[in-house]
Amino acid sequence: MRLSEVGIFVFMIDCILCNNYIFSRFLGCCPFLGVSSKVETSIGMGIAVTFVMGLASLFTWAVYEYVLLPLDLTYLNTIAFIFIIAALVQFVEMFMKKSLPALYSALGIYLPLITTNCAVLGVALLNIQSSYGLLESVLNGVFGALGFMLAIVIMAGVRERLETSDIPLPFKGFSISLVIAGMMSVAFLGFKGLV
Amino acid sequence: MSKNDNNLRGVFINGIFNENPTFRLVLGTCPTLAVTTSAMNGIGMGAAATFVLIGSNVVISLIRSFIPNKVRIPAFIVVICTFVTMVQMLMQAYLPALYDSLGIFIPLIVVNCIILARAEAFAAKNNVIRSAADGLGMGLGFTLSITLIGIIRELFGTGMLFGNQLLGSGYEPMLLLVLAPGGFIVYGLLLGIINAIGERRKKNNKGVTSA
Repeated sequence: MRLSEVGIFVFMIDCILCNNYIFSRFLGCCPFLGVSSKVETSIGMGIAVTFVMGLASLFTWAVYEYVLLPLDLTYLNTIAFIFIIAALVQFVEMFMKKSLPALYSALGIYLPLITTNCAVLGVALLNIQSSYGLLESVLNGVFGALGFMLAIVIMAGVRERLETSDIPLPFKGFSISLVIAGMMSVAFLGFKGLV
Repeated sequence: MSKNDNNLRGVFINGIFNENPTFRLVLGTCPTLAVTTSAMNGIGMGAAATFVLIGSNVVISLIRSFIPNKVRIPAFIVVICTFVTMVQMLMQAYLPALYDSLGIFIPLIVVNCIILARAEAFAAKNNVIRSAADGLGMGLGFTLSITLIGIIRELFGTGMLFGNQLLGSGYEPMLLLVLAPGGFIVYGLLLGIINAIGERRKKNNKGVTSA
């Protein structure tokens, strides 16, 4: 399937707003709750995830199409994908350390965490499930990650304000964050009919 | 012997209450939020995760002395992945309806932090029987918690429980609860309530010991 420019734009809106990875597909909730206490760190996490998710979509698609499918090994896809993602994260980390030290020092600590971000494995599996082509897979990865970044940055902004507000003690921390995420999710439901 | 028994029971109970993965450790939030639209889904997801937890805990504790420390995480992931693939194939064959409704979240058990966390924190340091008890306890704790969320969302979101009409035809379902936001809100509120109960109990215990 060929995508026109308009098609790509619609796909982007769909991934970022209508089917946001956090708010409607529940992928990547752990880092969403864990690394969203400061705006700067959440931006760093978002960039790292975007980078890895785009690359992961590319490589998992290629391995599935050219290795697993011809050899009739599709039942091994989970194990193959998690290895590709883990290896990819390692390589990205090494590459960044060598050639982009400034970016590395900013993102360094988030990179290893990405291996267990279920959005990355999730996007690889979803690409296969929806039988996307190469371009669509990569776009799905990148746009999905941008949606993740939008969600985590908004959340970090809200949580910075929460620091100074008076919340009943048992609800502090994860509890109030989840309720807030629920309200943001209500807002994102409003985008549902857009595409 | 009896001390050892108590100890095992302690390990088992620990997963259900003190270190409940959903409400105490707040791990594995993605499946907790995503599949709890009905009580049945909660039980199915819980059972799948419990199977993987017990299996991976037992195998990892058996091979823990052979694995070089440097490659232990990839080794754990291979073991976990094997069990997840088994669950996936078994479910597809025998429970196709449940398989379809859990969808992508079955393969995603691989990246569920509870399982890797237990492998690293418990199975890699304890013997087989204790690891199995820990896997069972953690698995049951997870199952009970997500089934509870599932029951609340299904009951108030549709008026039904396990597919049976329970609240009568006059009940206006709160549709929001079975949609995406309901998961976040119900989980958040339950977490707060459980924190409050825990704190009150701690206070009471302190009162008893000081008196």
